[in-house]
Amino acid sequence: MSAVANLLRRLGGGVVDGIWRLGFVARFLGLLLLLSGQSFRRIHLTIREIYFSGVLSLLIILVSGLFVGLVLGLQGYETLQRYGSSEALGVLVALSLTRELGPVVAALLFASRAGSAVTAEIGLMKTTEQLKAMDMMAVNPIARVVAPRFWGGVISMPLLAALFSAMGIFGGWLIGVAFIGVDDGAFWSQMQSAVDFRFDIMNGVIKSVVFGIAVSLIAVFEGFDCTPTAEGVSRAITRTVVSSALAILALDFVLTSFMFRGQS
Amino acid sequence: MTSSPQTPLVDLSGVRFAYGEREILRGIDLQVPRGKVVAIMGGSGCGKTTLLRLIGGQLKATRGSVVVDGQELGALGRVPLYALRRRMGMLFQFGALFTDMSVFDNVAFPMREHTDLDEALIRDLVLMKLDAVGLRGAHGLMPSELSGGMARRVALARTVALDPMLIMYDEPFAGLDPISLGIIGQLIRRLNDALGASSIMVTHDVSESLEIVDYVYFVSEGRIVAQGTPDEIRASTDPFVHQFVHAEADGPVPFHYPAQPIMDDLLGAAR
Repeated sequence: MSAVANLLRRLGGGVVDGIWRLGFVARFLGLLLLLSGQSFRRIHLTIREIYFSGVLSLLIILVSGLFVGLVLGLQGYETLQRYGSSEALGVLVALSLTRELGPVVAALLFASRAGSAVTAEIGLMKTTEQLKAMDMMAVNPIARVVAPRFWGGVISMPLLAALFSAMGIFGGWLIGVAFIGVDDGAFWSQMQSAVDFRFDIMNGVIKSVVFGIAVSLIAVFEGFDCTPTAEGVSRAITRTVVSSALAILALDFVLTSFMFRGQS
Repeated sequence: MTSSPQTPLVDLSGVRFAYGEREILRGIDLQVPRGKVVAIMGGSGCGKTTLLRLIGGQLKATRGSVVVDGQELGALGRVPLYALRRRMGMLFQFGALFTDMSVFDNVAFPMREHTDLDEALIRDLVLMKLDAVGLRGAHGLMPSELSGGMARRVALARTVALDPMLIMYDEPFAGLDPISLGIIGQLIRRLNDALGASSIMVTHDVSESLEIVDYVYFVSEGRIVAQGTPDEIRASTDPFVHQFVHAEADGPVPFHYPAQPIMDDLLGAAR
């Protein structure tokens, strides 16, 4: 009996803690947005973070995009040629990438490459009292440290997703057209006629923006909220990667279900 | 809103503070007169650092009042508190230098954040501040290239970058070799007098601090248990002060954490 009671108590405690934390994140986001004006006035701070989060993630994004495209090209060709429609390879590759794989995989890579780095940096600044020192110098750490990193991530993420998709389409072309010998003209013209700007490209962009906001918020929050010890920082980094991945996949389902038209 | 020169710069009266249930400070009365260097001493974990954070406005007193330069901190909003903090400097225990900036940029940080001075003037000011702590030649180094003592001197230069009226030191001597320790001690005194500032120093380094300060408060278990000028402290017969100044292991501050008699513990395990 007491074991059941204990289990219930722990479950209840966990739920209350979770909700408490969610409220804390919401307040944190409110404060962050309120103080973002200050950091936008000094745009070089945000540009620096775009460099660290975005530019330095380029290599992993481009290489992964290429390989995903290569695999899509092979798998797609394999399936399509059974139905004698291997010219539709361009459509398949482009739609999979712009609608799903581009935003989702790029966001997952972004979370583990840039999100974890942001959490580690803010967490270590907290551990070594740099945030407290800044606050004592009458400089708000949320405006000076957190907001530029948040916006750097939010701006970088859609661009990285777009580059990922572009690189993937190139990979698909490389394997399909250059190696296997699918007709070049059919590859591009079918893609051009079948991919809709509003429903395929823009929906993908909306997804990548939402993922960018989610990953960046999780990364800065976990860093800012971590226990200021070595162990606390390491736990915060793990939480950033795990919660980002879960958030990306769950949000992807929610967004897709809103965007789903059940036709074309 | 500056009060007259006769009133103390910092005035704590009846200050109590608790983290949740755990009471840290139980009624502190403390004054820092203008132009003086005051030390707050006590064992580890007695609430010294909490006191500094109350004076810096990073924590709010549960009861009592903390007045800095005529302003009651409990009633201040974020904007006036930040305005007041621009006239305060705080040296953190391990310096808390920004690790992604060079020594030069660290010292320039408060100037760039709070003033519209042009870069040429900032350069001159930064080099002057670094010169005052003897590290003008190190302005191009990164914090990771500095020794502990040097890092603390750079942090000190950054602390006084905007010529504060009040400088706070959190354990400025912790973990320093005797030479660095002497240098920091002399700098604290010299900078205080040169800037016409007032200083509060939280420390447990008795011999070094008695050399440079004007007044000492002893804190134990959240209360002020003794106070006086360095000469009065050296001559004090108060058992706590005597134990502290002469570094005796046992006395009013017990060596042992409360426990049952050792024989009970040892024989209890054998049973």
